[in-house]
Amino acid sequence: MNLWQFFLQNHAEVWELTLEHLWLVGVSTLLAVAVGIPLGVLITRWPALNKPVLGGANIIQTIPSLALFGFLLPAPWIGARADRLAILALTLYALLPLIRNTYAGIKAVDAAVVEAGRGMGLTDRQLLFQVQLPLALGVILAGVRVATVVSVGLATIAAAIGAGGLGEYIFRGLAMVNNQVILAGAIPAAAMALFADVSLGWLEKRLSPR
Amino acid sequence: MCPSPINGPVIEFHNVSYGLNGGPEILRDLNLSVASGETLILLGRSGSGKTTALKLINRLLDPSRGEIQVNGRSIEEWDVIRLRRSIGYVIQEIGLFPHFTIERNIGLVPKIENWPASRIHDRVRELLALVGLDAQIASHYPRQLSGGQRQRVGVARALAADPPILLMDEPFGALDPITRTELQREFLALQKRLRKTVIFVTHDLREALSLGTRIALLQDGRVVALHTPEGFLHSTQPLVAAYRATFGTEMETRGPL
Repeated sequence: MNLWQFFLQNHAEVWELTLEHLWLVGVSTLLAVAVGIPLGVLITRWPALNKPVLGGANIIQTIPSLALFGFLLPAPWIGARADRLAILALTLYALLPLIRNTYAGIKAVDAAVVEAGRGMGLTDRQLLFQVQLPLALGVILAGVRVATVVSVGLATIAAAIGAGGLGEYIFRGLAMVNNQVILAGAIPAAAMALFADVSLGWLEKRLSPR
Repeated sequence: MCPSPINGPVIEFHNVSYGLNGGPEILRDLNLSVASGETLILLGRSGSGKTTALKLINRLLDPSRGEIQVNGRSIEEWDVIRLRRSIGYVIQEIGLFPHFTIERNIGLVPKIENWPASRIHDRVRELLALVGLDAQIASHYPRQLSGGQRQRVGVARALAADPPILLMDEPFGALDPITRTELQREFLALQKRLRKTVIFVTHDLREALSLGTRIALLQDGRVVALHTPEGFLHSTQPLVAAYRATFGTEMETRGPL
């Protein structure tokens, strides 16, 4: 049976796993954006928090993904369902690129522009939302892009704890020593990562200040 | 904005010192008073403290000792945002917002002050005309403009909400000599009409002499001389003379404009 036949015969399941995968990646990326960007902004305002926050996010990155899934298992509420667990772990992994890029993007805004804005009497909030964030947007989006692409790959491992997604095929294929089944998971996942990369890259280019 | 008292000085420095904790003092016991409608030049070499003195006025920096008053009131008592919005600020690097059109750059303070859109629109055109720019460039972005045009926009932006005070930090320093002279001339014409209270930082003696009503020479954080341009040229005070001499040689090597 070749891969194409496999897809045709199992199209309902392929579709379902793809949607599950999208769900894991989508929700975790949104959560990471909601947490990571404010944290990135925060550490530009309170430099003392810079090291602990970036250091913490860095340490999370070094934890092997399988181990992180395992660590989170005993957590209340989170550990009760595999998809919650997977989403939390993926969110944690996505934090570093988001925090780091938000911080770097804001820091890279021309100091003269910031000084002019402050000197003109913009409040801190106006400076942030009208000047710093818009000018940092390209760099922040680059962070979202990295986080999403990494997350598409990492989410395949979530199948190991029963969270579903395209990793199901990969693990099943490994168990069956069947390359076709592995590819049935790997190819849609790779396509998803490519699509995310290209579309977010396009957005990044569109929205970056020229 | 408080109306300025008729005769009182607009800006006063009382024994103002500035230094970072434990570090050397950049300004020492500065006493200055700036009258309404005058152009006070802060002249000095790099590191003499002139830019620091300027930034103390709009509270981009806070003094370590002493007090600064604007319109007879300590700037500590002002709401800092109010204070800054009543002081126009022009810097050498200009600092236009690259993601805003010229119109939005100039109209930003009026906008956050909730002026109606039509009034902002008219004000932007009025200011563009005032600084000698075509109304057409309103829809352009800063990167599409030349250095001289950008600095004109910088001046227009500082004037947008009609602040009575203008702080200018080497605004023409990065321009080519011809554009620079042009802008200096326009500044004089503008100042004749607007009568703002201006504090102007420069290290260029010629600029100081042609634009200032008074010149304060700063050295190592102190005012070492305070003269009218006429008085500055004839002062026999050794530091002024020395300063004049160093600039004199520079002028010779550069030749006349």
